[in-house]
Amino acid sequence: MKFKLKVWRQANQNAQGKLVDYDIDGINADMSFLEMVDVLNDKLIKKGEDPIAFDHDCREGICGMCSMYISGRAHGPQHAATTCQLYMRKFKDGDTIYVEPWRARAFPIVKDLAVDRGAFDRIIAAGGFVSVNTGQAQDANNLPVEKAFAEKAMDAAACIGCGACVAACKNASAMLFVSAKVSQMALLPQGQPERTRRALAMVAQMDAEGFGNCTNTGACEAECPKEISLTNIARLNREYINASVIAE
Amino acid sequence: MAEESNQTITDGLNSKIPGGPVGDKWTTYKRNVKLVNPANKRKIEVIVVGTGLAGASAAASLAELGYKVKAFCFQDSPRRAHSIAAQGGINSAKNYKNDGDSVFRLFYDTVKGGDFRAREANVHRLAEVSVNIIDQCVAQGVPFAREYGGLLDNRSFGGAQVSRTFYARGQTGQQLLLGAYQALERQIGLGNVEMFTRHEMAEVVTIDGKARGIIAKNLITGAFEKHFGHAVLLATGGYGNVFFLSTNAMGSNVTAAWKAHKKGAFFGNPCYTQIHPTCIPVSGDYQSKLTLMSESLRNDGRVWVPKTKEDAKAIREGKKRAEDIKEEDRDYYLERKYPSYGNLSPRDIASRAAKEACDDGRGIVASGFGVFLDFADAIKRLGVDVVKARYGELFPMYQNITNEDPLKTPMKIYPAVHYTMGGLWVDYELQTSVQGLYALGEANFSDHGANRLGASALMQGLADGYFVAPYTVGNYLAGEIFTKAIDLNHPAFVEAEKSASDRQKTLLGIKGKRSVDDFHKALGHIMWEYCGMARSAEGLTKARKLLQDLRKEFWSDVLVPGGLNEFNPELDKAGRVADFIELGELMVVDALNRNESCGGHFRVEYQDEGEAKRDDENYAYVAAWEFKGMDADPQLHKEPLQFDNVKLAVRSYK
Ligand SMILES: Cc1cc2nc3c(=O)[nH]c(=O)nc-3n(C[C@H](O)[C@H](O)[C@H](O)COP(=O)(O)OP(=O)(O)OC[C@H]3O[C@@H](n4cnc5c(N)ncnc54)[C@H](O)[C@@H]3O)c2cc1C
Ligand code: SF4
Ligand code: FES
Repeated sequence: MKFKLKVWRQANQNAQGKLVDYDIDGINADMSFLEMVDVLNDKLIKKGEDPIAFDHDCREGICGMCSMYISGRAHGPQHAATTCQLYMRKFKDGDTIYVEPWRARAFPIVKDLAVDRGAFDRIIAAGGFVSVNTGQAQDANNLPVEKAFAEKAMDAAACIGCGACVAACKNASAMLFVSAKVSQMALLPQGQPERTRRALAMVAQMDAEGFGNCTNTGACEAECPKEISLTNIARLNREYINASVIAE
Repeated sequence: MAEESNQTITDGLNSKIPGGPVGDKWTTYKRNVKLVNPANKRKIEVIVVGTGLAGASAAASLAELGYKVKAFCFQDSPRRAHSIAAQGGINSAKNYKNDGDSVFRLFYDTVKGGDFRAREANVHRLAEVSVNIIDQCVAQGVPFAREYGGLLDNRSFGGAQVSRTFYARGQTGQQLLLGAYQALERQIGLGNVEMFTRHEMAEVVTIDGKARGIIAKNLITGAFEKHFGHAVLLATGGYGNVFFLSTNAMGSNVTAAWKAHKKGAFFGNPCYTQIHPTCIPVSGDYQSKLTLMSESLRNDGRVWVPKTKEDAKAIREGKKRAEDIKEEDRDYYLERKYPSYGNLSPRDIASRAAKEACDDGRGIVASGFGVFLDFADAIKRLGVDVVKARYGELFPMYQNITNEDPLKTPMKIYPAVHYTMGGLWVDYELQTSVQGLYALGEANFSDHGANRLGASALMQGLADGYFVAPYTVGNYLAGEIFTKAIDLNHPAFVEAEKSASDRQKTLLGIKGKRSVDDFHKALGHIMWEYCGMARSAEGLTKARKLLQDLRKEFWSDVLVPGGLNEFNPELDKAGRVADFIELGELMVVDALNRNESCGGHFRVEYQDEGEAKRDDENYAYVAAWEFKGMDADPQLHKEPLQFDNVKLAVRSYK
């Protein structure tokens, strides 16, 4: 297969970036998108050019590191898949493919396609946990959890922190990410004692990081590789309102 | 200091195993451990390199105790460590199923599973704290699978006859890591941990024989930074990527452990590698990594190849499909060879059996290296929906990668490099042979002997980080309360920084013709061919020469683009591959030294009709290698293994 790539190149956070054209040939339909970029990079290196910088690690769709905005879609055209789990058979021979980084004020560009998602860590640090020190736990089965709730909590906990929801949102809102963690904890008995504080603290940190407001467009859910549901955002809104009332 | 039995001091190695019966050792140790008072803890700085399960749990726990912690990882967030990819589950001797499990049984299974090449005392401690791990994780909100009554569910996994594996769908590693990550972030938020993401450890700094800090590279700016610590903990994962293709994440590396080795930390059993039986076969030379299909699939899937070479050939050429092979023409070789464990035989055995079948010309994928994993019977027995629900994420993942639906046609699988049992040699306290330098998790050699059982790496990582290191490191730090932070202009720091930065300049200056990946692939090829599933003295001798040549070629012909003071992933990769090449040689030396077959180490000269043949008389020891210089032979130190509680036996799964 043969493709025309238009790739965002930007030397560092403060540099001016632009789309650069690359032609690539001899691509196998069973290659992953990242393997296609590997092939291109190997060629660039051997020509003495600067390879394209991008984030990736597990290449199994679980670490949340890969992050390409491909032809107008976060993680590309395949539904419910990360960039590393996107295969070239999804494209037509001869396609022109645009490859850009996540774009959001809260995710500054590091280089080319790699961005800084430290804001997500700081949101978790603000409240996305249960305050239990090592060694303080009781026997695990002393705390039964209704299966239905455990399953729902697991659905929310499946978030990989990739940031596609932010990249897909025209407001660059982080609501889906934040709501997934708030929901997981709100659904479990372990999360109850800090329920109020958590919702308030995480939302406050989210705002401080410069993420936009949620206007319910649903773009985040549509592009989330782990199919995190919008119902989590509804739950976060309820949690937040309740918490605000209690906090008053 | 805990009471020690002195027979453990041999050959310059002191494993510091406490005296007394195996079941009391850890309790005895904890009773005698030296403590640091809270006021002093605040003055003590601890460096934790790596924030996977082992590192994140250690960093969080030490910070909770009051130490000042600095933690490092090379990814952009601690949540992305390779631990995240673990699918199947975590073992614990809870005996919630009332099926006869106990601390002793988990201990026994692990020692036996490791083919009697692990230290009894460590493994027993691991089994003891395994119950605390589950409690801790549940308290953190880890959403383990549950039964309808709301209690925790278990499954049997990886060659165990009891159900002791806790799991969170096919994402157990993710959920455990997020639990540890959240505990870590909480401490970061409280100001007790300073976190350095996108930082790579480039050197260990030692002063007067003690680890006193590290040199770390800020991967975004390219700048080297000096960091002091009263103790340094390495929790930097395994080195499976020495084979280029493995189930490890792309960034997994040996660099931190290797630098420590060159600064005096002995490397234990480097040749013990685990080749996992159920991975998606290689499909082309562009391939960058191999994907694991969880071992749990073997609970319901049956492994087979055609009985005849002709049928296999027809399948390879696309003339026949799996469905065309009649039941009586199929060879369910694991069930045939190991009737009592069947498809659940341990990993090393299942992998070798797959290789045997394919070497016999009965492989079923184009390359010849692949076997079937068939769910047809399970679907008949349980129905499609149950099977689908049981393997939630895995079937779609397989289908996405291969474009085939495992509910309709059998999966195709082949063994791939997965885990490294070898690692930095550590004593009972997880301290390396350098004082104040510790190794945790997959980075150490300690608990799995020559073969790791499924669902026990997550257990070990969290045991080390949550429940072992906080005590043992404290025992050392109690003697360090009068040590003031060392000035970063100390010559040891300055030299270490210079050596790290010179190395990078050299790499950039070579401007050769071959890319880093070219070398990495060449390395992987040598390792897989000669130091993979079957090894021989002849092959290993040849491999050593090939690796020495490869190292020379690398340092004269590698082409690294870009510059020093910028985000330059190719340069970082070059450094890692350079270390892998050196490590590869040590693995080969170790494999050549070990004239026996045990666990994942299979020497073709030592076998009984395909079954590994151990030599307990001569090789019941840990091989701990000391670095003696780049072109000198490493020196072997032997730590004899003593088995007081488990009878050495032929490991039979028949
Ligand atoms: C696909 C897959 C599935 C698995 N499934 C299971 C399972 O079901 N059950 C089970 O028990 N085990 C499983 N394992 C094994 C298990 O996941 C690992 O052994 C374990 O998670 C390792 O944890 P760790 O904390 O030691 O290292 P890792 O999680 O690998 O973490 C290493 C850390 O070190 C950092 N690091 C590395 N080098 C440097 C450096 N030079 N400088 C700075 N930081 C560095 C990294 O950034 C990272 O934070 C699986 C492994 C794989 C590959
Ligand atoms: S909610 Fe979905 S898109 Fe957003 S970070 Fe989590 S996994 Fe990624
Ligand atoms: S590289 Fe890990 S999710 Fe894509």
